[in-house]
Amino acid sequence: MVRHVIAPAADLPSGERLVAEVAGRKVVIFNLDGEYFGLFNRCPHQGGDLCLGRTTGLVEAGDSPGQYNYSRRGEILRCPWHGWEFDIRTGKSRAEPGRIRAKTYDVDVKSGSELFDGPYQAETVLVSIEDDYIVVEA
Amino acid sequence: MNAGMAGGIDCDLHPAVPGIASLIPYLEPQWADAVAQRGVHDLEPTSYPLRAPLTSRPDWRVAGAKAGSSREQLCAQALDGFGSRAGILNCLYAITTLFSEDMAAAFARALNDWLAAEWLDKDARLRASIVVPVQSPELAAAEIERRAVDRRFVQVLLPCLADQPLGRRSLWPIYAAAARHGLPVGIHAGSTYRHPVTPVGWPSYFTEDYVNQAQGFQTQLTSLVCEGVFSKFPTLRVVLIESGFTWLPAYLWRLHKYWRGLRMEIPWVDRPPPDIVREQVRFTLQPVDTPVEGDALLRILDQAGSDELLLFSTDYPHWQFDGQYALPPLLPDSLKTKILIDNPLATYPRLKEDFA
Repeated sequence: MVRHVIAPAADLPSGERLVAEVAGRKVVIFNLDGEYFGLFNRCPHQGGDLCLGRTTGLVEAGDSPGQYNYSRRGEILRCPWHGWEFDIRTGKSRAEPGRIRAKTYDVDVKSGSELFDGPYQAETVLVSIEDDYIVVEA
Repeated sequence: MNAGMAGGIDCDLHPAVPGIASLIPYLEPQWADAVAQRGVHDLEPTSYPLRAPLTSRPDWRVAGAKAGSSREQLCAQALDGFGSRAGILNCLYAITTLFSEDMAAAFARALNDWLAAEWLDKDARLRASIVVPVQSPELAAAEIERRAVDRRFVQVLLPCLADQPLGRRSLWPIYAAAARHGLPVGIHAGSTYRHPVTPVGWPSYFTEDYVNQAQGFQTQLTSLVCEGVFSKFPTLRVVLIESGFTWLPAYLWRLHKYWRGLRMEIPWVDRPPPDIVREQVRFTLQPVDTPVEGDALLRILDQAGSDELLLFSTDYPHWQFDGQYALPPLLPDSLKTKILIDNPLATYPRLKEDFA
């Protein structure tokens, strides 16, 4: 596994997303309140661009039909093509989590000073010691 | 008799009320007198016009009376004729079409008591579905409570096309009562004709009416799934009776597909709808909408994903097949046994008590 330096962390504010090319594949990276997650930008159903999907909360059943529990606002991504829901944290589809999932990538934030040693590739990003950077493992 | 069918359980037999006079002894005095005073005539279901070919096979008609009105003939032709060990009576007398909730409840009580006295008491192989006044879910639940103590009543009977989608919460007292007593809810073809039998208005011909019943069943199954009846009542079993079933693979595919994208609308549907149907819904065999020969039926059952879905039925006296072809002859023996015996026993706990 190689760690790819994608962008300065400042380019991805909380609640936003960006698309990066990682080892020849498009990956959509999310910042959920300071936690970073990456999904392969192809829906496992028919290949829709996940980066174009809306985020929503998690709708779960309450005690009885007609009662809803709504939580984790902004952490569920819906494919723009057919509305399938994916958990941004795990890539699992909400409908059939054991069967259908979007491919995930580990995303980290490292300070520039850490990136000069170790297995980092920063082909397109100019790294400076003072800043933080988004790093994707692939 | 076809030896390959011996010992089966026929899950759809239609006894006919000979006429309104037959119910008079079973009606409470106020309602018995009301029949005369109001001039209530017969309550025959419009869904099965007496002279329509579908309503009775020619060799199953009763001279000078309604097909299905003779207990001796029904038992001889439907039970002895196919070697069945037991049969479930689904009486389609049109009580569900009455507008008065109280009158419907009174007639349902009388009809169920008539079934017990005139049919169940006289042939030990017979079982029956409880006819309920669906017009009032509370009164329907009360009738279930009243009749459930007689364990020869093995199911609750609802019409497919009544006044509203069957999943609606206002109807849940019926499902709660059925689940409490371990009674499956059987939904039978037929309409109260409050609404057209098609989603786009009234058809011109009986053929259209009957063909469209299958779409009506799909509508009701979708309603039961999406409104969460199977989630709310996880032990409840629903039997679609005379619904046809060969539409099931395409229907399940479509429901599953749209649930994947719209699940958040109905989060109580917390597993794929085909799984729910395979676990909690059953289908009576007749009518079989495939060729008798060939492997189409096996392929359809394979696509539906279960060999536990079908329950043997002749739909007596309705004319769905000729001769002894109640069960498609080319099915493997193991599947025949499931359809004839194992699946009905697994679906109806009260049948298992007496006929296992």
